[in-house]
Amino acid sequence: MKDLQLITLTVNGTEHELVVESRRTLADVLRHDLGYTGTHLGCEHGICGACTVLIDGSPARACLTFGVQADGCSISTVEGLASDGELSDLQRAFSERHALQCGFCTPGFLMLAEAYLAEYPNPSTEEVREVVAANLCRCTGYQGIVEAISDVARSRRESR
Amino acid sequence: MKPAPFTYHRAHDVRGAVESLHELGEDAKLIAGGQSLVAMMNFRLARPSALIDVNRIDALRYLRRDGEGLRIGALTTHHTVESSGSTAALAGFGVLSHAARWIGHYPIRTRGTIGGSIAHADSTAEWCLLAVLLDAQIVVRGQVGERSVAAADFFHGFLTTALEPEEMIVEILFPRPAPHAALSEFAQRKGDFAIVAAAVDLDVEDGVCSAGRIALGGVDAVPIRVPEAESLLQGAPATAETFRAAADAAAAAVEPGSDAHGDADYRRGLARTLIERACAQAIAV
Repeated sequence: MKDLQLITLTVNGTEHELVVESRRTLADVLRHDLGYTGTHLGCEHGICGACTVLIDGSPARACLTFGVQADGCSISTVEGLASDGELSDLQRAFSERHALQCGFCTPGFLMLAEAYLAEYPNPSTEEVREVVAANLCRCTGYQGIVEAISDVARSRRESR
Repeated sequence: MKPAPFTYHRAHDVRGAVESLHELGEDAKLIAGGQSLVAMMNFRLARPSALIDVNRIDALRYLRRDGEGLRIGALTTHHTVESSGSTAALAGFGVLSHAARWIGHYPIRTRGTIGGSIAHADSTAEWCLLAVLLDAQIVVRGQVGERSVAAADFFHGFLTTALEPEEMIVEILFPRPAPHAALSEFAQRKGDFAIVAAAVDLDVEDGVCSAGRIALGGVDAVPIRVPEAESLLQGAPATAETFRAAADAAAAAVEPGSDAHGDADYRRGLARTLIERACAQAIAV
């Protein structure tokens, strides 16, 4: 028997009311029930970080949280970064620094970096290296990702 | 993989959580941050029939100092402890915020909780090790009321604790400040489960250790203290030689198992190195 729950999620500013099965992870709710397929699922047990989204501004593995647990929360996904078809500064930096190749892990890295820079605007390169260890990238070797995040930290600091 | 079906129940206070545990029976489980439990459920290593979500019990999110010590509410996240290092509540307890950085990764620490980690009782978990090192009291509540269990008596074996099926951890009480304490560990990759973790707490005055405590994770089914090594710290000068002697004694005293991550000798070697490292950090702060 399915255990069904009525929940409300605000995703990138849009409110959704929906019925979900309790065992559905937030990642599957976003992808299958709401169509936010930018959130990728790699390992489904909290190792790879591809499914990283923000729950009320804090970064979280969407595969390690059930959708019903996020009832009433604001969720930010990669779809919310660009506005009016314009890439965000972080997305542009990833492109400029070749911080992606196949791109599968990229939504997770972008959301991780988004949350991190909001909380820690002045990271050292070492600190950026440490934080990106949270997610797996099999293509780039991380150098481009570290450079992209450091670039954005610098440019956001200078424009403040 | 996807987890097996379960029924979902949300608790709004501790009493409600404990009542739900009673009503839903032994196959029900509390879920806090879920950073270990949901991974186990996705692997179907855990198949609870019901989950009682305690995340909305905001009254259990606190770091508070009083005459008895430092009280940390069970639902306080690792990240909150990590980022509270400069607060008055954590004065003398810097080891907790430093050690929190060893736990998983940033997006794990924002969800995972200290009470959840203690209840899960992984023998290499940072909070379990520090609870044993610093003689913490684990405060639990059940239908009949509250009781307090010393950390030394709380961990019974691999992922097994003194927690009764109808009880919930509500608070961790650290009774005394530990200004000269540190934790160090080793894993193949940053953020992985430690193969071995070592934590030390030294009483140092004028360059002499009047006493010291040493705890190890990853060398037994539960985090352990090493009295054979601790006795070598008593009244000894706080020098690298003393720490090396204690580390050697600890490595000789423990009987770790062997697995794919490292055999017994390798773990002994790690224990030796990590104790020396932790001691050096402990007197540097």
